[in-house]
Amino acid sequence: MSAATVTLEVARYRPEREASPCFEAYEVPLRNDWTVLDALNHIKDTADGSLSFRWSCRMGVCGSCGMKVNGEPKLTCGTFLSDCLPGPIRVEPLDYFPVIRDLVVDITDFMKKLRKVKPWIIRKQEKPTSQGEYLQTPDQLDAYKPFSMCINCLLCYSACPIYGLEPSFIGPAALALAQRYNQDSRDEGSAERLGIVSEHDGIWQCTFVGECSKVCPKNVDPAGAIQQYKLTVAARWFRSLLLPKGAH
Amino acid sequence: MSEPVHYTPFHPRWHRKRVSVWWWLKKGSYALFVLRELTSVFVALLALLCLWQVRAVMQGPVAYVELLAWMRTPFFLGLNAVSLLFVLFHAVTWFNLAPKAMVVRVRGKRVPDWAVAGSNYLAWVVLSAAVAFLLMRA
Repeated sequence: MSAATVTLEVARYRPEREASPCFEAYEVPLRNDWTVLDALNHIKDTADGSLSFRWSCRMGVCGSCGMKVNGEPKLTCGTFLSDCLPGPIRVEPLDYFPVIRDLVVDITDFMKKLRKVKPWIIRKQEKPTSQGEYLQTPDQLDAYKPFSMCINCLLCYSACPIYGLEPSFIGPAALALAQRYNQDSRDEGSAERLGIVSEHDGIWQCTFVGECSKVCPKNVDPAGAIQQYKLTVAARWFRSLLLPKGAH
Repeated sequence: MSEPVHYTPFHPRWHRKRVSVWWWLKKGSYALFVLRELTSVFVALLALLCLWQVRAVMQGPVAYVELLAWMRTPFFLGLNAVSLLFVLFHAVTWFNLAPKAMVVRVRGKRVPDWAVAGSNYLAWVVLSAAVAFLLMRA
């Protein structure tokens, strides 16, 4: 009896050969301990060495191997073949990013947006090292820890139709990371970030589809972060309206 | 994506897929989202209807009886039934989403999502019961 196999339909785009992407089918061994990424590596090793895709850690930490598996944005290193049966299993590049080759997308747009929201601790004045660390209570850590789990895999962008329709939208991960630093008790840059994220391309573009949080492999909840941000901005606006200048 | 792209010899042609106008039919959750957005039209409609009622009351008994006659027509009965379904859908979806937007902390600890959503439902039931009590008594 021959060993069980499953068919992978992989999106191929070789700009020197094809005008637009097409699918190629590959038969791979169906092993219980194989993820979609293992199957892609098997194809690259045995069937077509030119198949291009990004990957690195194989353990859901680096965020490189994000692709669409059967239409859903997934980390391929955490998606088992046995969970995608009966097959064929369709593997495509992430939506809304330009495809460079096969399953590799260009993420320059995200990198620019990430930088824009200043995802680092901003201090008005650093305290001298002689005064020791910036201490935090467990509650202060809890306030931002979920948002700090983001691995920039961009599954949330691929799940967000708003980003697809309005490419200028800063997007879920970058906004969640902005919120991560706003919630950090050591940070003093929330006012600086507020001006950036409350612009037209920021939080107000989000209409709370909520898919970003559903597909996040790290349970970051970017949709929640954006709604909390909206609440903060709205509260500030009301305060500025009701209270005399300088009191808010 | 928002800036012009400069191609290099190694990236001769990047592929950019257009978003279909039917994107919201591709997934059940996208369709539900669009439906949720659509509920706002019916919420606005019921608000207008309420204002119309207030106006009729201000104009006197004749105008109010006239309005009630309008309301009894099959068109308005149908419209109100559909509006009610959409407004219920609106309320339930937003109550379920409330914990995402509102982080309530008691003594430094975050109140669980079910408690935030539950308090909304509880307020809904209490207010509905109060309104029902007032109407029944009348």
